[in-house]
Amino acid sequence: MLEFIGLLLLFMVIAAIVAIETRDLLAAVISVTAVGFGVIIAFFYMRAPDVAIVPIVVEVLILIILIRATLRVGLRTFIGNRDFFGMMVTMAMLAVIFLAGIRVFDDFPPFGHPVMQRIADAPTRLYIANGLKETGAANIVTAVLLDYRAYDTLGEATVLFTAIMGAIAVIRKKARKKPTEPEVGEWEE
Amino acid sequence: MLYALCFLLFMVGLYGVLVKRNLIKIIISLIIMESAVNVFIVMIGYRKNGIAPILNKTMEHQEFIRRTVDPLPQALVLTAIVIGLGVTAMTIAIAMRLYERYGTYDIQEIKRLKG
Repeated sequence: MLEFIGLLLLFMVIAAIVAIETRDLLAAVISVTAVGFGVIIAFFYMRAPDVAIVPIVVEVLILIILIRATLRVGLRTFIGNRDFFGMMVTMAMLAVIFLAGIRVFDDFPPFGHPVMQRIADAPTRLYIANGLKETGAANIVTAVLLDYRAYDTLGEATVLFTAIMGAIAVIRKKARKKPTEPEVGEWEE
Repeated sequence: MLYALCFLLFMVGLYGVLVKRNLIKIIISLIIMESAVNVFIVMIGYRKNGIAPILNKTMEHQEFIRRTVDPLPQALVLTAIVIGLGVTAMTIAIAMRLYERYGTYDIQEIKRLKG
């Protein structure tokens, strides 16, 4: 069980390196989708079926959008990174961040012991104990999502709507009619 | 150990964001970082030999409380995944617009961005 998640994470790291380092953009897009589906399998093995179903749709949508962006006639592929000195500085900083950040996990409980066990008044305990009684939902995740934290879900819908509206506003061809064109109707001044 | 692997996945994405020149590669790196963070947050709530946080009639409620995994990170990750889709769509739309204007995805040739 524990080894399986470890292997899955290792597979995701390898797929991520392939996605970043390969020269072919289409292969990179497909590799990043492999990372996404590794995430989905990890969610299933970590007993999170609600979370695992949503990213299937999300990954396929991201794949379609990225392929739309990469499939172009005469797209120049180029290799090479940014300049050498900047790259050395970047690698040094990444090493420092990794070695310093990994010490955060000393304070964490080992894998398999959730953080909610340590905190006496964690809100999760209330949700698990009273979820069915207070919301009537047998699935505690949906009880949290749609009842206890419904405002978060409302904000999520707002953010998604705004992002999609922004994307449409950015990619549409013609922003508005040119003022030199003769107007057909009188609805626009 | 598993947390460290998750952190390594995040660092791979950060490396791609900082080092790569292709805009599509940078967006791909952002997606990788987002996946790493989502997996990490769900891993925090995992309990060994746990069950999914869904009640059924055959199980006693006390045993359910003792064995279930943490539902709160799962609910918040569900929100984060959907927001990540919107953010990714927005970035790809901007990248496609830049390609139409400049004819390349190379960020070193998109010079008018420099202030």
